[in-house]
Amino acid sequence: MFPPIPNPTTKPQRPTFGAQDLIRRSASTITPPAQRQTEVAKLIDVSKCIGCKACQAACLEWNDLTEEVGVNVGVYDNPHDLTANTLTLMRFTEWVNPETDNLEWLIRKDGCMHCEDPGCLKACPAPGAIVQYSNGIVDFDHDKCIGCGYCVKGCPFNIPRISEVTHKAAKCTLCSDRVAVGQGPACAKACPTQAIVFGSKDEMKTHAEGRIADLKSRGYANAGLYDPPGVGGTHVMYVLHHADKPEIYAGLPNNPRISPIVEAWKGVTKYAGLAVIGFAAAFGFVHHLIAGPNRVSDADENAAERLADGRRWRS
Amino acid sequence: MSADDIEPGDAIHRGHPVIVDRYTKGARINHWITAASLVLLALSGLALFHPKLFFLTGLFGGGQTTRMIHPWIGVVLFFSFFGLFLRFWKANLWKREDGTWLARIRDVLTGHEERLPELGKYNAGQKFVFWSMSALILVLITSGVVIWDQYFYEFTTIEQKRVAVLVHAIAAVLAISVWIIHVYAAIWVRGTIRAMTRGSVTGGWAWRHHRKWLRELAAKLPNGRSKTTHAK
Repeated sequence: MFPPIPNPTTKPQRPTFGAQDLIRRSASTITPPAQRQTEVAKLIDVSKCIGCKACQAACLEWNDLTEEVGVNVGVYDNPHDLTANTLTLMRFTEWVNPETDNLEWLIRKDGCMHCEDPGCLKACPAPGAIVQYSNGIVDFDHDKCIGCGYCVKGCPFNIPRISEVTHKAAKCTLCSDRVAVGQGPACAKACPTQAIVFGSKDEMKTHAEGRIADLKSRGYANAGLYDPPGVGGTHVMYVLHHADKPEIYAGLPNNPRISPIVEAWKGVTKYAGLAVIGFAAAFGFVHHLIAGPNRVSDADENAAERLADGRRWRS
Repeated sequence: MSADDIEPGDAIHRGHPVIVDRYTKGARINHWITAASLVLLALSGLALFHPKLFFLTGLFGGGQTTRMIHPWIGVVLFFSFFGLFLRFWKANLWKREDGTWLARIRDVLTGHEERLPELGKYNAGQKFVFWSMSALILVLITSGVVIWDQYFYEFTTIEQKRVAVLVHAIAAVLAISVWIIHVYAAIWVRGTIRAMTRGSVTGGWAWRHHRKWLRELAAKLPNGRSKTTHAK
């Protein structure tokens, strides 16, 4: 068992990280702090999840959000997808293991993975609307969000949602406000089986190793940690009993990375585009300097008059 | 037989100088609505394209309003340009002399009109602007709708939206570049801008740059001394 985070003190506390700890800020160049804070991580042990949705309820509760009453279409997923209010969602998959012919009920808590290389932040055009703290938390600043939905296109995990009410993007904050005063995320606090635990990323990896060894001893030969290197690792990690095929867990991407289309859009296009526009303007400027204006001469006017008058005289 | 490149309203008036009507009032209003929306679209679009230009959102009342208003201006541009397309497409059909003009682009750029073939209402450069803008605006409205999340989010996949946003950016860069060429050419070739402000050019301008068009119009002149005054 991982030692749970102790209950918070009742005394006011100073936040342990803030604006001075940003290592990335959307649409801005910043100087990151000399020293990085200890990287934090949330570890979700899918094999221990009982699908109680306490994490979902805790998330709504802590963030003061309300989900609309939905419709039952015969699956346990409720609501059917992440929304601007549902920042975390239990996704249920019934999977028949072809090796054992057993039905396995795979329950994955979906939500922001807090990528070390965040696609949402790289796609965001609004300065400071998405920030990354040196402890690894990727957070949205709603006041600066313009609701363009570029983060939706940038995210390799299909996580951010644009609110139809506020026209702002929303996603899991890893409870940055709670973590800043020494508490764990609300979902981890509420989880009754310790399927969700929170701590430093190193601690979480060590804890995961123990869990994976346990799973392997129980016959899950492919048990492993999901910390995808394609996005530089994540600050939300999964222990999967079938880590060789993450896609069976409601489409968890195998080897996710920022889409090359997004990289091209936010990389070469941005610079080449301005260069092309600048070149067109510079060409005009230089051409005018060299060639000078193209003026109509008196001879041209006379010729036109002769043409117009010539018709008259000819008849 | 009426030539392809004579548009409704084109007419020649004898006098000193000769005045040639080039654009009707309707065409000019249509053009300036298109021009204004294109400039607003370029400003609001560039604001979201490069972080260094995000300050341009201030012109539109902030990031949220820029994001909201940009697609609507796009709709205005699309329909406005469609009006121009209907007016101008016929006179912009490719002609044999356009190839010759293009082959002598060096003479064009150095202002040696005497070495160029006689041209109809538009030269190959103007036709290039017309057709590339037509194509680019079609690409822009299509890709723009795909990324207009407020109303059309559910109709496409995220992967399709990624392609659309890249295509939109590239097409916009090209459209802005074509626009710069368009504006520069109008400034460089003196006597051009009045065609879109007053609607007419001088006979000398038409003789120098669009002689075939001028000849076609002159051929339609009634004989006799009846029309010697300028129609203003």
